[in-house]
Parts: sequence; C-alpha cells; structure tokens
Amino acid sequence: MTEAGYNFGYLDENTKRMIRRALLQAVALPGYQVPFGSREMPLPYGWGTGGIQVTASIIGADDTLKVIDQGADDTTNAVSIRRFFNRVTGVATTDRTAEATIIQTRHRVPEMTLREGQVLVYQVPMPEPLFRLEPRVAETKRMHALADYGLMHVKLYEDIARHGAVTTSYNYPVLVNRRYLMSPSPIPAFDNPKLDRMPALQLFGAGREKRIYAVPPYTEVKSLDFEDHPFKPARADAACVICGSRASYLDELIVDDGGKRHFVCSDTDYCASRPPLQEAAE
Amino acid sequence: MISAGFADPAQDSQRSFRAVLEAISRPGRIFALPPLAEPPAPLRGALASVLLTLADADTPVWLDAAAPLDWLRFHCGCPVVAQPGAARFVVATGAMPALAGLARGTEEEPHLAATLLLQVASLRAGEGWRLTGPGIEREHRLAVAGLPADFLAQWAANAAGFPRGVDIVLCAGDSLACLPRTVRIEEAG
Repeated sequence: MTEAGYNFGYLDENTKRMIRRALLQAVALPGYQVPFGSREMPLPYGWGTGGIQVTASIIGADDTLKVIDQGADDTTNAVSIRRFFNRVTGVATTDRTAEATIIQTRHRVPEMTLREGQVLVYQVPMPEPLFRLEPRVAETKRMHALADYGLMHVKLYEDIARHGAVTTSYNYPVLVNRRYLMSPSPIPAFDNPKLDRMPALQLFGAGREKRIYAVPPYTEVKSLDFEDHPFKPARADAACVICGSRASYLDELIVDDGGKRHFVCSDTDYCASRPPLQEAAE
Repeated sequence: MISAGFADPAQDSQRSFRAVLEAISRPGRIFALPPLAEPPAPLRGALASVLLTLADADTPVWLDAAAPLDWLRFHCGCPVVAQPGAARFVVATGAMPALAGLARGTEEEPHLAATLLLQVASLRAGEGWRLTGPGIEREHRLAVAGLPADFLAQWAANAAGFPRGVDIVLCAGDSLACLPRTVRIEEAG
C-alpha cells in the first residue's frame, strides 16, 4: 500500500518526464553527463538523492527493488531508501540480487553477474572524473567535447613515476565506448571490470551535481592504463571469515583491542548465498 | 472532440517509458507498448503513447499532420513549432524529414539534439539490417518498411557526427524500436 498524498514514486509527473528525457539522451551518449533539474528530496545530498531520482523515474508497480550500500542490504542508507520506495510506490523489495529488476547501489557492484532485464542505478557524489585536475566546469566541458583526456593520463603517469603503480584504488576513471571519460562512482577498482560489456543497463545519478549518465548494455568500459602498466584491480589477499570466498571483494574489520583483523565479504547477499564455513575449521 | 490520453497517467507513462528505455538500450529490438484506447489519427498507438510519455511544455514539437494538434496541445501542453529544426521532438507520420535539417546538439552539449519519432509501415525482427554498437551483444536484425531510399546514407552521416546527432524512435502500430546515434547499420547481405 502506498502512502496517501504522494504521487507514485514521490516525484511529480513533470519531474519524471524531465528525468526520463535526460535518461534517454544519456543512453544515446554512453558516458556523457547530461544535466538535469535535480529536485530537493526528503533526505540530504550525499545520501543518494541522484540515484533515488533516477530510480523514482524508472520504477513501476511490477518491479522488484534491491538497495545496497557498500554491498550490504542492511546498512542505514540502504534500509531507509528501500523503506522510502516501499512507502511511495508499494513495490516489492528483496535482498536477493537474482530476484531484483532494479538495484540501486552506493559504491559497489554486486558480485553476481547481472542479466538482461536488470537495471543498476548508481548513487554518484561527483560525476566529473576530471574534477580534481581541472575545477572549472566550462573547461572540463570543452575537454570532454574534444576527448582531450591527457591530463588524466599525466596524473596516472605521475602516480607510476612516484609510487611505481597507480595509487587510485576506487573511483578509478574509465573510458566508455572509446569516447567519453567517466567516473564509475566511488566503487572499488576491483569492480571496474564488471562494468565492461555488462548485460544489464547501468544508470548513474548525481543529485547535488545535477548530472545523469549511463552505460548501455554490452558497451565497452575500459579502465585507463598504459601498455607497460596494465590496469590491475586490487583485492585484500585473504578469505572471507564467514563463507571462505577468495574471489569476492572484502571489508576489513578490526575485532579486538590488539588490532586483530578479520575480512568479510562486502556483498552480503553473495556471502549469505554460499555455504558457511564449518565451525571446526576455525 | 478530443480523444482520451492515458487512463492512468502515472502508471501508463511509466510502462511506456520503460519500453522506450529498453528499446534505446537495445537498439533494433522491438518492444510492444500497452495499447492506447483512442490514438488520434493519423498517429497510431505507439507514437501517441511516446508523445504522452515524453512531451510537455519544455519540449517544442514539430508535427507533419494537422489533425492531432488539438489532442497534442490538450494532453501534453507542448509548444508546436513551424520548423522541424526548432523542435525537440520531430513527429513524422508520412515522409521522413531530412536528418541533416534537425537539431543535432553541439560538441559540448550533444544532449540538446532532437529525437525523431517516425511512424513506419512495419517493423520486423530477425531479418533485414544488421545493427551493431552499444547495447548489442553481437548483432541485432531489423527490417523496416516505409523509409526513404537514401536512409542509410543519411544515417551514416548522422552517426559520423557523434556525439552530435539525432536519435530515432521507429513506431509501427503499438510497437517501437529505437536507433540511437551510436548504432551502426549495415544493409542485409
């Protein structure tokens, strides 16, 4: 049952139409940031207002929604966004990646390979990948128009010259369809390869910065690198203490005053769907 | 007498939009829209639904038929312009206007391009053109009846200007397929 007094999906129909038009342009321009009239939402910027507006504009009564925050379904941000959509749309929600038709995410891509018919909606704090190198919006617009991304290559080169390797471990810049430089949002670089030729549609919403962008299905997404320094996604060299996975992305936990460390899967649904380690093994 | 639009605007426009979003994400695949009770002639169901879903006071529309103008103004409230080059949505039920004459955005703001909503005689999947590009795993096949003879030449010129360029929504009856400017089209062979 939806909350009385709200339109389906919270946003009014004019706003949805405006966002829907921006989404269609975004899909036709893979990786290009389309400006849109971001609305004030009932939670502050930084809590996923861009992703929520994208989800609100695409969601329908038949959808099943999953929301994750750093891979987990049970964190504050994920729980409150899921409850919000349950109240303003009444759609079914789920923790299971396989059952969801729309997955809104903050800072992770699910471990399970997504399929056609699913839509992955990213919450994006800063859509402009060149922002730390060139703060002027007028200038970055021109750089995107000219596909002039030398500045980013110099930054990666300087990392290698100073540290021997690229030190960016999250929000690692990608080139979409060999044309636009794009921020994949602050997902770990470990997740970057999953964006490449993903069968699901990927939509990105930045509420404060008022930008929407997209990666259509089966589109080439290449992490920037050099021939002699190929892109290497990093992962903690450990196994999950709950399920024993050596393939998933891990969170590090400090579990006592002595600094003892445990690693657990960041993707809670992936971890829960695997058989737990036997007690005796510990 | 102005015929009805969507029976349930919030739900019906969402269903139509998801079909268009899927169609532009998977170029050349044909998607069926929920039938519209009374599309105003000569508009058929899919084209009328797309207008109800996307057009409003912010989007100048150009139309090659006079009959649905009252319907369009009443339901969408959109400005109707005299030149296709000034429109955000270009609606053609007869001859296709030249793609080169439509708004194609700028290098810095390619999202200011027009979308051509073109009503064609028929769409058939699995035969005809070979489509490749973003959104397509290997290739999609699409046969379209009712396009000008020089369409592929016009399309090649449109695609060559990327990121500038026009996107096309091909509508036939209650079904549609999209050609975003990224898609490459080869003649069947």
